[in-house]
Amino acid sequence: MADSGVVTVYGKGAIYETGSAKKSSYPVKVGLAQMLRGGVIMDVVTPAQARIAEEAGACAVMALERVPADIRAHGGVARMSDPQLIKEIKRSVTIPVMAKCRIGHFAEAQILEAIGVDYVDESEVLTVADDDNHINKHDFQVPFVCGCRNLGEALRRIREGAAMIRTKGEAGTGNIVEAVRHVRSVMGEVRVLRNMDDDEVFTFAKKIAAPYDMVMQTKQMGRLPVVHFAAGGVATPADAALMMQLGCDGVFVGSGVFKSGEPARRARAIVQAATHYSDPEVLAEVSCGLGEAMVGINLSDNNVERYAYRSE
Amino acid sequence: MALVGVLALQGSYNEHIAVLRRLGVKGVEIKKPEQLETVASLIIPGGESTTMAKLAEFHNLFPALREFVKMGKPVWGTCAGLIFLANRATGQKIGGQELVGGLDCMVHRNFFGSQLQSFETELSVPELASKEGGPEVFRGVFIRAPAILEVGPQVEVLADYPVPANKWKDSNPGVEGHEENSGSEKKVIVAVRQGNLLATAFHPELTADTRWHSYFLKMATETEEGASSSIVAVGADLDLNQPTKIDLPVFL
Repeated sequence: MADSGVVTVYGKGAIYETGSAKKSSYPVKVGLAQMLRGGVIMDVVTPAQARIAEEAGACAVMALERVPADIRAHGGVARMSDPQLIKEIKRSVTIPVMAKCRIGHFAEAQILEAIGVDYVDESEVLTVADDDNHINKHDFQVPFVCGCRNLGEALRRIREGAAMIRTKGEAGTGNIVEAVRHVRSVMGEVRVLRNMDDDEVFTFAKKIAAPYDMVMQTKQMGRLPVVHFAAGGVATPADAALMMQLGCDGVFVGSGVFKSGEPARRARAIVQAATHYSDPEVLAEVSCGLGEAMVGINLSDNNVERYAYRSE
Repeated sequence: MALVGVLALQGSYNEHIAVLRRLGVKGVEIKKPEQLETVASLIIPGGESTTMAKLAEFHNLFPALREFVKMGKPVWGTCAGLIFLANRATGQKIGGQELVGGLDCMVHRNFFGSQLQSFETELSVPELASKEGGPEVFRGVFIRAPAILEVGPQVEVLADYPVPANKWKDSNPGVEGHEENSGSEKKVIVAVRQGNLLATAFHPELTADTRWHSYFLKMATETEEGASSSIVAVGADLDLNQPTKIDLPVFL
């Protein structure tokens, strides 16, 4: 039963305590995500951008060499950023710093943990390193955030040890449609689950290919067992408010801020929108005179690679 | 019972409202200055204090918050909230941040370090146990937590935490006067009360132990009238007789 809060384990400690004394407890990992709720996490590529994000009110920054829009434009293989850059960004701000590693690339994750990032994003935006397996995130002291397109994927990541979930959306396109699709899928499945007879949960868990204990926990809590952020295509304050109203706990903004015409203004506006998401007057006020939004990519174009489908 | 406000700019405000709900009290989200007039006490939740400070600036909340504190209304700050209430803070971002002030202490932001240094521990809380019952320890969750380095004479210390001396020096490179203590342990203060101000560096809202919340609610009723009838905190007492089961983290 759900006797340990978020993660129900088969007998105490069987799944997630594998013996290393230095690992932090799962609740401490989830705790930082809970402190990020209601906030905006921005992608930054230089310490100067990180300072702009901090001054605008970002609750954390994601440090990388190239924002997703540029990864798309550049092509080739996208890997973990140079740790030197991440260290410089970490030194320049007092808010949490996150960094991305490739899916399944636990060595990159070990390096990021060694330089002391606050969160690691196992990201489909970078080139996949392991086609079949994600990282066993229980082995790490640093918490992980992973992307999902539906409830089953979210629960699989959580069972692997993710302490925070975000929608995958379609990163680097400035197009919110995929993020909306993913969040509606997760929320919709949670709603179905909440109303379901307990006996039917076994088959439901099989259908969405998720561990039964996590599905049952989701049913009992009435929501995902971890903090659920929106990501992938947020470009305007209205986008941020939309995702918050759809039920997300916060917002990641990647290319949307620093690829726009006036990053500092837009960043501040998006931060305000994430707090006042249900107040249209404030939203209208902050949306005025923001300059150019990032151009974005239309997903009906078949040449656009769908990062969200790279992993399950 | 009057309403309890929870500053809802960012952070763990939903978690605080959930604990209040479990105690039978309605928590009101506060995002604008006018809303402060509808509540008789305020909780400032954990989160990113720089983000909350920016949002409070945009909406001109600081004057209203300072007024609230000055009027002697009960205010409780957890983690980021503690930073807001402190009179003096170090470890700030470039350019500093605005504080509400009122609590006579010096707080150090992110004292223990970043997320890899976050931890949970059993804190000894004799004062809380004597007022609220229950075990003499409380499971404190410290997430990139601040710590109180010094307090003024009016401030009552409710809990502290030992820190090895070499770690103390790392976090305070400018502090020389503590050389004589190298080798022995120093303590930092993690929970204080000054009149109607309560502040904790850890996060009671992340646990199922509701004692800090009921302690705060009693502060609120004591202020309202002299009447001693406590609020619907009866539910909390029942839980404490059994061993704490679900502890943390908890959401809505």
